[in-house]
Amino acid sequence: MFSWFGKVNFTPHTKVDEFAEHLRQGRLMGSRCTKCGQQSFPPRADCPACLHDEFEWVEWDGKGKLLTYTRIDAAPTGFQDMGPYVIGLVELEQGGRLVAWFGESIPEDKIAMDMPVQVVPRVFEEIEEIKVYYTLEQPGTSWHRAPRG
Amino acid sequence: MSRVGIVAVGHGRFGRRSDASVQELACEAFRAALQDGGLERKDIDGTVIAAVPEYHKQRSLTGVILEYLGLNPLAGWLTEDACASGSAAIRTAWMAIRSGLHQVVAVIGCQKMTELTTPEILALMGRVGEVQWESIFGTTFPGYYAMLARRHMHEYGTTKEQLAAVAVKNHYYGARNPHAMFRKEITIDKALGSPPVASPFQVFDCCANADGAAVVILAEEERARALGGDRVVWLDGLGAATTTMSLLRRPTLVSLPSAVEAARQAYQMAGVGPGDIKVADVHDCFTIAEILAYEDLGFCERGQGGRFIEERQSYLGGKTPVNVDGGLKAKGHPIGTTGVSMTCEIVKQLRGEAGERQVEGADVGLSHNVGGNGQYCFVHVYKKE
Repeated sequence: MFSWFGKVNFTPHTKVDEFAEHLRQGRLMGSRCTKCGQQSFPPRADCPACLHDEFEWVEWDGKGKLLTYTRIDAAPTGFQDMGPYVIGLVELEQGGRLVAWFGESIPEDKIAMDMPVQVVPRVFEEIEEIKVYYTLEQPGTSWHRAPRG
Repeated sequence: MSRVGIVAVGHGRFGRRSDASVQELACEAFRAALQDGGLERKDIDGTVIAAVPEYHKQRSLTGVILEYLGLNPLAGWLTEDACASGSAAIRTAWMAIRSGLHQVVAVIGCQKMTELTTPEILALMGRVGEVQWESIFGTTFPGYYAMLARRHMHEYGTTKEQLAAVAVKNHYYGARNPHAMFRKEITIDKALGSPPVASPFQVFDCCANADGAAVVILAEEERARALGGDRVVWLDGLGAATTTMSLLRRPTLVSLPSAVEAARQAYQMAGVGPGDIKVADVHDCFTIAEILAYEDLGFCERGQGGRFIEERQSYLGGKTPVNVDGGLKAKGHPIGTTGVSMTCEIVKQLRGEAGERQVEGADVGLSHNVGGNGQYCFVHVYKKE
């Protein structure tokens, strides 16, 4: 199911493939090592601190700070229909970082270095197959989270 | 322990070479190297090929190169480390010689990129970023360095004009290098008026994909003296290091940690410091990359790279002349070849054969070759007796 993650996915197989299912249900998940407790985002099947191979899922609140960004005018194959688009690199309050597009709540002229952002899980609704991703939005933006089953 | 010397260098013309196949490009540089060193093929006993294979239709490039150059049955293998493949190959040759397995090794850097379209190349290069968590958002290579540039501008006040000044310098010297892809000077205004690529980068902040080849022949000390006499340039300092593939786990966004570590190793091994370097070729795939290199190599203080170019400290006559061959920016960047091309330039400089681009009294030189957006870095220090 990890092949759901991203408009174009390059990694169909991974031990953290449930990440995509969680994202579809509105949850941004990281990992916690069951041996040493090290938390990681993006999630890792193998602990970066002790290399232990068992982990549990931990929900991240998606609050973060914008470290840097760029507007891509020259887009690569697979993304040319979307260009130009703005990519941001975010430091998450709970640890770790992610790369994402800006959502509608932050137009390009409102982007500022070090601004607070909220990472929001998304589903590409215009695409028939399941495709999930996340966007950077204004703090306080809410979204639907399915109850955890 | 015996030293390893460079006894011959050969450089082909870089550019959009729709007139030649990859093996024909390799042959241009190989022939030039044999002529340069007064060598024959029988003087060589091993080869290392530097190329990034996914750009070529020909699979397993080593075979076709060795056949076309008439080098069978010599051993050969490919060395790949993205845009640092050329320097990785030179390091490999140095190790092959010092191990005693080989005495004279030809490093053949060759790359043909322009059989692919620009969006195809952008997609391939973007996947030198981490594909599981980053490339799915359409990251590109210019985009990665653009994000580093934006952070550097934010933290140190580096300006777009200072970025453009790097391009202006490198085009100035490229106009004086017969092997360069772009042999025209540009102005700051022209650079700042060029089309956007990945903000804050415009076209003139970016080097160009190119085709081209370069060859360096290295030899064990005794053989080097016999073959090269007083023209030998010694590869006395080697540093190599890595940092994270993804920006998600990168310890800093205003430096390439791999470059800092590789430089530390190379300086220590050669017994020199940044102030001893008379001429350097650095990996200016984007304008910010040259500014980061000034700082990572210790040519100026951290955060002062923008001022370093603004004060023309990297021009001939400045504190440390950098990329006075035009750099990747004006020479073009055939990615597997680039590191070998850098070594060719520094060898010419240390021999005093660089013509109007000559740095007077250059006896210690350096090359800094980065793979990916900093994942790999190789620093070499060269000396002339």
